[in-house]
Amino acid sequence: MLEAYPDNRLSRICLWGFSALVMAFLMLPTLVVVPLSFSASDLLEFPPRAYSLRWYDHFFGSATWMAALRTSLILGTLTAMLAVPLGLLACISINRLGGKAAVAIQGILLTPSIVPGILLAIGLFFVLAAQRLVGTLFGVLVGHVVLAIPVVCIVLLPALARFDWNQVQAARSLGANWARAIGGIIVPQLQISLLSAILMAFLTSLDESVISIFVSSGQNSTLPKLMFISLRDQIDPTIAAISTVWTAIVVVVVLIVTSRQKS
Amino acid sequence: MKSLAITIDSVRKTYGTYIALDDVSLDIKAGEFLTLLGPSGSGKTTLLMALAGFVRPDSGKLLLGDQDITRLAPNKRDIGIVFQNYALFPHMNVLANVEYPLVLRKAPRAEVRKRAFEALARVKLEDLSERNIAALSGGQRQRVALARAIVFEPRVMLMDEPLSALDKNLRETMQYEIRRLHDDLGITTIYVTHDQREALIMSDRIVVMNSGRIQQIDTPQRIYNHPSTRFVAEFMGEANIIAPGLVRRIDGVDASPEALMIRAESFHLDAKLAGRDGVALEGTLRAKAFRGENWLLTLVLDGGQEVLVCIPAALASGCAELATGQSMTAFASAAKVHAIPGART
Repeated sequence: MLEAYPDNRLSRICLWGFSALVMAFLMLPTLVVVPLSFSASDLLEFPPRAYSLRWYDHFFGSATWMAALRTSLILGTLTAMLAVPLGLLACISINRLGGKAAVAIQGILLTPSIVPGILLAIGLFFVLAAQRLVGTLFGVLVGHVVLAIPVVCIVLLPALARFDWNQVQAARSLGANWARAIGGIIVPQLQISLLSAILMAFLTSLDESVISIFVSSGQNSTLPKLMFISLRDQIDPTIAAISTVWTAIVVVVVLIVTSRQKS
Repeated sequence: MKSLAITIDSVRKTYGTYIALDDVSLDIKAGEFLTLLGPSGSGKTTLLMALAGFVRPDSGKLLLGDQDITRLAPNKRDIGIVFQNYALFPHMNVLANVEYPLVLRKAPRAEVRKRAFEALARVKLEDLSERNIAALSGGQRQRVALARAIVFEPRVMLMDEPLSALDKNLRETMQYEIRRLHDDLGITTIYVTHDQREALIMSDRIVVMNSGRIQQIDTPQRIYNHPSTRFVAEFMGEANIIAPGLVRRIDGVDASPEALMIRAESFHLDAKLAGRDGVALEGTLRAKAFRGENWLLTLVLDGGQEVLVCIPAALASGCAELATGQSMTAFASAAKVHAIPGART
């Protein structure tokens, strides 16, 4: 691919410079938080004058923060466990249906990712209120699954489009019911895409704050919600410590998944 | 293994305004090798998929033996299917592919292994049982697909153009092997193809289909020599459909008032070979082509109609010297002239 670029010293330097700039803008806002979190000061300051682990202490020692962390991880796991099977089944039916109906269903399925999050949150609030589910973990879970299904479908639809459907028919003719054909023939062959879908669904939930702010209550606040609230009330480097831990968790998860995909 | 008869009773299937199957009725005997033959879009694959359970007929009935399977789930039909692209499972090796239907039936471990190897032995693949599917040639994949379809002793086999992806020599070998497998197992087999030679070679009976309808059901010989419609005549080979007025009986009597079908290879250039009660066609030579085992001549009759004449190389000593534009006469014996009911030229 690289041969396709003009073999000219100046344009190469420009290209590398531009790419470095894009990388810097992508990475710096995340990385700048890391030194902040090790500050000994009571204020967010960059660069820190002295270093300490006191904000990590504060985070890991706080029952509230720990509860929020646990809530977020549980929610993320449950979201992936619900959104991926639902999304897979939806993608299979879209794939099999074909034609205008499939396009329409796909459009409806993807709307939650297009509608502004705040609108979705308000709507969800009223729907859940009618069911008396506001303030419950289940309510937040519903919201996160709704948000994660489009993400799952975007990952799985192209993978299913490449899948040879005759294999499912062959499995059916050999005596497999639907569940066994999906579990024994489709799932093993879509392993890599399913792994990506699980990761994306998990991260969608982990990252989500608007629905959590609207729907979750005090005891089952998610981590992003608690971070927003604490930013409003008091600014201290605890938030930087949490962000650093959070980023580390996500990086580790992504690294594990990508390394499994390669093997 | 007990094979079963199949009854197809006025099956109809439409997609919107397109009629894929138009009241198709057909009885297939137990143990028969029957071929559905037709061009693409003729409904042959739709009919096969209806038997397999992947297409639900709008109306009509499908019987396996005396069991109504019209609405039975595909996994409960016990029908072995060989797909055009084989549809092997690439995430399993050869043995696992063949064992799959037995594992689904919860057969004991030792029996699964034993029967899978028996099926692989039938298609001479027992040495490749540990191979990955990706490491197999087209012919080997075809054999795995066959082994997988027979291993659970299905009552009926369906094959959807199973040889179309193979090269010519391999295709001929596999035609013979599939037919031999059928004869060994005695299993009712429905075979779909668009290749008329393949249908003639392999079948007990051929069903010629076009536009969702059955054109003719007959033995290969009768389908070839006595086509009942113009479509069948033309689909089965180099057929000439000739208006009766253009044909002259050798003994001087007028020919029949119906349209006549004469196959290209039925002609002779020597009147003596056609016999006393044959027919003669007079025209000019438009083109000639040497095809190895025979010469193909294109004659234009006085009315402008083209007639294909195929002369075996052994009898065609004079063909090389023929010049286009020269007038000539082709003769055919009466036994080779077949009237087609209702056909217009």
